[in-house]
Amino acid sequence: MREGAVVAVTKRLLSLVVLLCISSAASAALLPEDRSDVMFHRYDGGGVEVDGPSILVRKSIGQSVSVSANYYVDSISCASVDVMSSASPYTEERTETGLSVDYLHDKTMMTLSYTKSDESDYLSETASFDISHDMFGDLTTVSLGYSVGNDDISNNTDETFSETAKKQYFRVGITQILTKNSLMGINLETITDEGFLRSPYRSVRYWNSATGAGGTVSEAYPETRTSNALAFSVKYFLPYRAALSGEYRYYNDTWGIDASNLEIGYIHPLEKDWTFEVHYRYYTQDAADFYSDLFTRADEQNYMARDKELSTYQDHTIGVGVSYEFKPEKWQFLDRGSFTLAVDYIRFNYDDFRDVLKGGGSVTPGEEPLYSFSANVIKAYLSVWY
Amino acid sequence: MLDYVIRAAVAITTASLLAACSVEPWVKPYERANLADPIMSFSPNPVEKRYIDHIYEVRESARGATGAGGGGCGCN
Repeated sequence: MREGAVVAVTKRLLSLVVLLCISSAASAALLPEDRSDVMFHRYDGGGVEVDGPSILVRKSIGQSVSVSANYYVDSISCASVDVMSSASPYTEERTETGLSVDYLHDKTMMTLSYTKSDESDYLSETASFDISHDMFGDLTTVSLGYSVGNDDISNNTDETFSETAKKQYFRVGITQILTKNSLMGINLETITDEGFLRSPYRSVRYWNSATGAGGTVSEAYPETRTSNALAFSVKYFLPYRAALSGEYRYYNDTWGIDASNLEIGYIHPLEKDWTFEVHYRYYTQDAADFYSDLFTRADEQNYMARDKELSTYQDHTIGVGVSYEFKPEKWQFLDRGSFTLAVDYIRFNYDDFRDVLKGGGSVTPGEEPLYSFSANVIKAYLSVWY
Repeated sequence: MLDYVIRAAVAITTASLLAACSVEPWVKPYERANLADPIMSFSPNPVEKRYIDHIYEVRESARGATGAGGGGCGCN
C-alpha cells in the first residue's frame, strides 16, 4: 500500500513539475542574430608567425532555424625553440571549415555542428550536439553538450607513419540572471582522449652528469587522458553604460596537470559609434607527472615528455580593442556594420623549461637560462548585421 | 571524472525542476534592458572568441569549459 502511495505521489509531483515547466513561459528564446564577420588574424611570438583569414556567416531560415558556416586559415611559419633545437624551420597551412545548424523550439535551442581541420600531417573531424533550455521566466538557461572527434596523425618525414586519436567532450552549463544589472555563468567540461597524443617530431633530452653520457630520444606519452575544467564567469552592468566582466577557471587532468586562469575585462561605449575594451588574463599551470626538461638516461621512465606546454609556467595577457559602428548607406539590406581592431600582448615565463639555444654548446646541460617569450596577437574584423 | 559531469547534469536538472515549483522571477522582463545591451554578452563576437580560444588551447594545457560548443583543436 505504502509503495503504491509513494508511486502515486511521485507521479503527481512529476506531472506538476512538467505542467509548471510548460506553463512557465514568459517570452521565447531567440535565435542568434544574422551576421557575417571577416577577420584577419596574426600571432607573432617565440619564433612562430601565424596569420590568415577567418570568415563566419550566419543566416536564419524561417523563425526557428539558423545556419552558420566558418572558414578559417592558419598560415604558419615556425622557427620555435622546439623546432630550432632539433630540426629546421618550416612553413605549413592549416584550414578549418565548420557548419552548424541551430533549431529553436519554444524555449529550447538545439545545435548540431561539424568541424574539419586539415593540415599536412594532422586531419581532425569533430561532430557536436548541444541543447539549451530557458526556464524560470528566462532567468536561467541550462545547457548540455557532447562532441566526438577523430584525428588522423601523419609524419611529414616518414610516409609509413600513421596514427589516430579519439576525443570526446561532455559539458554542462548554466547561465543565471542575478539582478537587473548582473549575470553569472558556470560551465563544467570533461574531455577524454584515447590514442596517439604526442607530437611525432619532438624528443626529450637526457644527460648523466656522472658519466657524461647524453643524447635525445623520442617522447613517450600515455595513450589516454581525461581532463576536467570548471569555469565561473560574471558580468556586471555599470550605471553609466559600461560593463565589467570576470572569469575564473580551474583545470586538472590525469597527467597530473593542475591549472587555473583568471580574467577581468572592461567594455565602455565611448560615444555614439565607438566602443573601447580592455582586459587582463593570468594563467598558471603545474607540470605533467612525466615532464622533465632534462632526464638522466634514455629509459628513465615509461613516459617522458619535454613539451614546454606540459611544463610549469605562467602567462599574462593584456589586451585592448576598439570598435567603430556604422550604418551602411549604400547597402540598404544591411542593418548595421562595425569594424574592430584588437591587440593582445602575451608574456610566457617558464619555470622548468630551459632555452637550449642559449647554451651555445659551452653550458652544462640543465644550466641553460630558463625560457621565456612574448607574443603579439592582432585581430582585425569587419562585421555586418542583416 | 565523467561521473562529475553526469552528476552535475542530473543535479542541475533536478534542482531546476524542483525550483520550478516555487521560484518567481525576481527580475521581470521589463527590467532587463541593461542585460539585453550587447556589451553584456559573454561572447559578443563569435569570430574573435573562437580565434582567441584556439590561441590559448594550442599554447596551454588547460582546455574546455570556455562556454563555446564543439571542440577540436586539430593541432600538434
